[in-house]
Amino acid sequence: MSSVLIVRRVAPLLTVQDLGRSGRGHQGVGRSGAFDHASMALGNRLVGNPISAAVLEALLGSFALVAAQPCVVACTGASVDLSVDGVPLSMNSAQQVRCGQIVEAGVPGDGLRTYVAVRGGVGGPIVLGSRSYDTLGHFGTQPLAVGDQIISAHSEVIAPPWFEQVPVAPIERPAVLDAELGPRHEWMSGEAQIALVNTFWIVDSSIDRIGIRLTGPTLERRAESVGLELASEAMIPGAVQLPAGGQPIILGPDCGTTGGYPVVAVLTRGALNRAGQLRPGDRVRFRLR
Amino acid sequence: MNRPLRWRPYGSAGILIELESTPVIHALHRLALIHPLIGESIPGAATLYVSAAMPELSMANLVDLLEALIDESSPVNAVGTEPVTHVVEVVYDGADLGDVAAITGLDVDEVVRRHTAPTYIVAFLGFSRGFPYLAGLDPSIMVPRLASPRTSVPAGSVAMGAGFTGIYPASSPGGWRLLGRTVARFFDEHTDPPSTLQPGDRVTFRGV
Repeated sequence: MSSVLIVRRVAPLLTVQDLGRSGRGHQGVGRSGAFDHASMALGNRLVGNPISAAVLEALLGSFALVAAQPCVVACTGASVDLSVDGVPLSMNSAQQVRCGQIVEAGVPGDGLRTYVAVRGGVGGPIVLGSRSYDTLGHFGTQPLAVGDQIISAHSEVIAPPWFEQVPVAPIERPAVLDAELGPRHEWMSGEAQIALVNTFWIVDSSIDRIGIRLTGPTLERRAESVGLELASEAMIPGAVQLPAGGQPIILGPDCGTTGGYPVVAVLTRGALNRAGQLRPGDRVRFRLR
Repeated sequence: MNRPLRWRPYGSAGILIELESTPVIHALHRLALIHPLIGESIPGAATLYVSAAMPELSMANLVDLLEALIDESSPVNAVGTEPVTHVVEVVYDGADLGDVAAITGLDVDEVVRRHTAPTYIVAFLGFSRGFPYLAGLDPSIMVPRLASPRTSVPAGSVAMGAGFTGIYPASSPGGWRLLGRTVARFFDEHTDPPSTLQPGDRVTFRGV
């Protein structure tokens, strides 16, 4: 197995992600996978990969990768200044990179996660059906460090690379997240149900792949559910939990598979993709479907 | 199993079903798990989450499918294999043992005796790395969780909280009361299934 890229400089968190692990929640194995599926899917399409191919997910950009062999890459997601050996490169298009050339990314002006797709897919061991690194369970391909070699999966490509830049709408701010009422929405008071959708929530500084804390007005519980503890039940990425403190948490792809806080809303897949690009201080609103 | 199923929507592809007991949850879970149209089936303490494998399947379809599964498989409790019993050796020197004794008014030896007496049932695996929620705790030693969780609980810690006892599969933050520790490990991501303990299995603790 030959390496295709070598890590020269690394973002705060550079991980391998794919569609994740489905169907293993009952084993206490979470879904994991790319936070922003739409950006991963676009990257894979640009380089001609099937949607199941693994990509790199870079938190806050700022990576440098050296091509160890000629390859075709595409960067999608949070928009960063990109260059190959110092020559500017566009986001959202496939690029041919020669052996020894360095692909460098700056810090995104908005959004949080930039994806790097490589024609043939990112390789490495498959753990419980996926290459994704689960930041809660600490399994899958470990986070990448300087000097790490990224190997190709040599997976079958399904289309030629798309070298034209694809127009991608800028990230919507304040973000509007489509959601449905959750299985425990009735734990909220009537006022809280209204406040949930009528508030511009502020994204807290404590955000990661496990969850995104929001701050805003306290969402009170309905009188009958004050002091009650919910028996632990299934948690899924995109669930909006309401801890006793009344400040909601959006669960990310690496959330635990069970939990004891009532789920008052659940994001659509598209909204979860957008949540993956939220940064601390961003304003966000829920729109119930 | 009570019909019709009591369920509520959970996301665009799933439902949360409220069921009357752990054996009933396990029975329906085993049926759901092997059905090709069902994507995920996750037992909780009093519920089962089930999702469709494809978006074309509506929630009503999903409920019909599950109710048909129940009808076809009676008696439902006969489904599945004989449960496995695991004996777990524990060093009872946990940081919260003294507090548990103080809260319950028992001495430490009696707390340990009451923790080792029952045969527990693995109710479900959850959180992360297959955290086993073991049902059957003696109510006389149930105490509230810590007011403020520890930032790090070592792997192998035997603890109790939320009416369950359990074993931390990995070092993680946690608010359960620590009773002791075991060198046994029950999760290996390089085997499939990764957890040695499976829902329905029996667990007993032995002080060493």
